Amino acid sequence: MPSQSGIYHEDYASDMQLRPTTMQRIRQIAIVAAVLLMPFILGSNELRIVNQVLIAAVGAVGLNILTGYTGQISLGQGAFLAIGAYGCGLMMAFFNVPWPIALLLGASITAIIGGFFGLPSLRLKGLYLAVATLSAQVIVEWVIKRWDPIDGELDGRTTDALNIPSNLLVNWQWVDANRWLATVGIVILIGAVLWVTWRLQSNFQRDRFMAYRYLLYVVVGLIVVFLSGLIVILQTPMLSLQDVFTEDWRLNGNEYAFYCFAMPVTILVIMAATNLFRTHIGRAFIAIRDQDIAAEVMGVNIFRYKVLSFMVSSFIVGLAGGMLALHSTAISFERFTIEVSIEYLAMIIIGGLGSVSGSVYGAAFIVILPELLRTLGRTIAGTDPASLSQFNRILPFAQQGVFGAAILITLIVESGGIRKIWQNTKDYFRLWPFEY
Amino acid sequence: MVFSRFERPYEDNPAPRHALSVENVSLRFGGVKALSDVSLDVQPREIFAIIGPNGAGKTSLLNCICGLYHPQEGRILYGDVNLVQTPPHRLAHLGIARAFQNIELFTHMTVQDNLMLGRHIHMKKNILDALLYWGRGQREEIEHRRFVEHVIDLLEIQHIRKQLVGSLAYGLQKRVELGRALCINPGLILLDEPMAGMNVEEKKDIVRYVLDINEEWGVTIVLIEHDMGVVMDISDRVAVLDFGILIGLGTPDEVRNNPTVIQAYLGEEGG
Ligand SMILES: Nc1ncnc2c1ncn2[C@@H]1O[C@H](COP(=O)(O)OP(=O)(O)OP(=O)(O)O)[C@@H](O)[C@H]1O
Ligand SMILES: [Mg+2]
Repeated sequence: MPSQSGIYHEDYASDMQLRPTTMQRIRQIAIVAAVLLMPFILGSNELRIVNQVLIAAVGAVGLNILTGYTGQISLGQGAFLAIGAYGCGLMMAFFNVPWPIALLLGASITAIIGGFFGLPSLRLKGLYLAVATLSAQVIVEWVIKRWDPIDGELDGRTTDALNIPSNLLVNWQWVDANRWLATVGIVILIGAVLWVTWRLQSNFQRDRFMAYRYLLYVVVGLIVVFLSGLIVILQTPMLSLQDVFTEDWRLNGNEYAFYCFAMPVTILVIMAATNLFRTHIGRAFIAIRDQDIAAEVMGVNIFRYKVLSFMVSSFIVGLAGGMLALHSTAISFERFTIEVSIEYLAMIIIGGLGSVSGSVYGAAFIVILPELLRTLGRTIAGTDPASLSQFNRILPFAQQGVFGAAILITLIVESGGIRKIWQNTKDYFRLWPFEY
Repeated sequence: MVFSRFERPYEDNPAPRHALSVENVSLRFGGVKALSDVSLDVQPREIFAIIGPNGAGKTSLLNCICGLYHPQEGRILYGDVNLVQTPPHRLAHLGIARAFQNIELFTHMTVQDNLMLGRHIHMKKNILDALLYWGRGQREEIEHRRFVEHVIDLLEIQHIRKQLVGSLAYGLQKRVELGRALCINPGLILLDEPMAGMNVEEKKDIVRYVLDINEEWGVTIVLIEHDMGVVMDISDRVAVLDFGILIGLGTPDEVRNNPTVIQAYLGEEGG
C-alpha cells in the first residue's frame, strides 16, 4: 500500500504498518460503525443478502489467494466449497459435533483435499492446471450424488440433499454441564477473540493510545449491539443470557444470529489474508505468479509454495462452504456446480485480481446485483399478474446479461477491477483540482 | 545499529565462498551445440568475466550453473556440491545469486518487496505466524527489512523504494535486479549483462557497485558483459566463448593478445 508523501517513518515497524494515514483510520472507524449498525438499519430480508455477501466474500478471498495472488487458475471452487459444506454438515448431522468445531474440521479437510488437487501444479501451468482442478469438480459431484450415506431425507423420501441440523449461536447444552466453568470459559473465549483481533490489528502496535481506543470501540460496539439487539428483537427489557440464546437464535433461521457469527469470521479472514501478503510466504506466492523462474532461482521452492497456496486457499474456501451449510436447512449439489466456480472467478476479476479488498467488492457486486435487478423489475412490473409473469420469464436472462456485461466492461475499461477504479477515483480527488 | 555504506551487514552469516569449477560441460539443444566441452574455474573473491559474440552460449552456461539447463555431459562443482544435480531453488541456499539478462523482476511488487523476496531463504517463520503477523512473524519481517534497507543504501535507490517495479525506467530495474540478488547475501553472484543498454553515467555507477560488492563484501563475481572497456578494466580473469567453444581464458592482457580471440572478434567484425 503506497504511503502518502510527507509522512516520515522513524523505524521499520512504523513504516511497515498497514494503514498509516488519518484518512484511512477514519475510514476504518466508518467501517466498524457500519458493521455494528447494519443489523439495526436493515430488515431480515436485506440482512439475508448481507450474509450471502459475507459468505461469498470469504470464498472470494480464498480463491483470490490462489488465482489472483499465486496465479494458479482454479475451476474447482465449487468443489472446494462443497467439501467444506458437506464436511461441516456431516460432522454435525451424524456425529453431533458442535458447529464451531465442525466448521473448522470441514475447512481443514478442504485444505488437505485442496492440497492434493494442487499436486498437478508440479507439472501443469495455466489452462492445463485449470482443467486439472476441473477434475475436482467432477469427482466431488460424482461422490455426492452416488454416495448413499450422505443422502438426506425430504418428506420421508431420500434425496441427494443433506439436511443440516439447526444450530444455536450459543448452545447451552454444551455449556450446562458446569455453569460456572462455562461462564469462565465464555469470558476467556470472548477475551481470546478480542485479543486475537487486536493482535491482528498490528498496525496499532506503535500507537498504544489508538489501540486502546480501538479496543474500546469494539467492546462498546459489541455491548451496544447485543443489548439493543435484544431489546429491539425480543422487545422485552432485560433477560438472562440463557433466555436470549433460545430457539430463535438458530444460525439457519435467524439472519441476525448468523450475522453475529459471519461478520467476525469474515473480518478475521480478511485480516489474516492481508497479513499473509505482508510476509515472505505471501511474497513468494506473488513472485511465483510474476516470474516463476526468477522466484525459483531466488530460493523459493515453487512446488511447495504452490501446494501451500492451494491449502491456504482451500482452507478459507472450505470455511465459506461451512458457513454456507450453517446458513442452510439443507445442502445439495446444485449449489456447488461449475457455474458457481465461474461465478467466483467473475467476483475476483470484477473486484480485482490479487487484492483482498477487491475480493470483497466483487463478492458484494455479484451477490447484490441480481437482487437489485429483481427488486427493480418488480417495481416496474407492478402487481399486474400478466406483466409479473412476463417479468419472471425475463429476469434470469437479464441477470445473466448484466453479469456478462459487467465482466466485459471490467476487462475492457479497467482490468484492475473495482478496487483499482476506487483507487483511481481517490487519487483523482486527492490531487483535485490539479492533475499532477 | 549503523553500518557504513559498504560494510557487509552483520548478524546474517555470509555464505561461505567456494571455488566454482566447470568441468567438460557440453549442452545441446537438438542439433544446436550451445556449449562444447567447456572447462573453467572461478576462484573465491575473483571478478571473472565471460565474453563472446551474441549466441556464443554465455547465458546458457549460467543457466547450467543455476540448474535451469541440464548439460548432457560434464559437471559443475561449487565447493563439493555438483550443481548439475541441484534443483534451482537450492542455489540460493548454497549462497549463489543471479541477476538475469532480460530483467526478470516481480513487476507487480514494490522495489522493497522485490528485495525482501531476496531475503526469502533466510526467513523461517511458518504459515500461522504469517496469518497472525504478530510476535515472531512480525519481528522477522522487521529484521530482514533492515538488511534490505542496507542494500537500498548501497545501490542508492532510496527514492524508489515504494514504487512498483514495473513502472521504473530500464536502468533502475537493472539496479533493482542486482539488489535482489545481493539480498541473498551471496558468496557468488552471477551477473548477466548488468550494464546492457545503459548510458555511460549509469554504467559507471554499476561498475562502482560491482567493485564495492567484490571488495567490501568479498563476493565472488561472474560477469557477462559486452563492453570490452569495462571488462578489461575490472576483471581479474576473462573467459572467451565462441559458438559454445572456450577459445580463450586468462588475465585481460593475455586474452587481449590471444590470436584465436583476435581472430574470432575480427572475423565477426569483418563478416
Ligand atoms: N532454451 C533453448 N532452446 C533452444 N536453443 C537455445 C535455448 N537457449 C539457448 N539456445 C541456443 O543456444 C545458443 C547460445 O545462446 P545463449 O543465450 O547462451 O547466448 P549468449 O551468449 O547469452 O548470447 P547473447 O549475447 O545474445 O545474450 C544460441 O544459439 C541459442 O539459440
Ligand atoms: Mg545472453
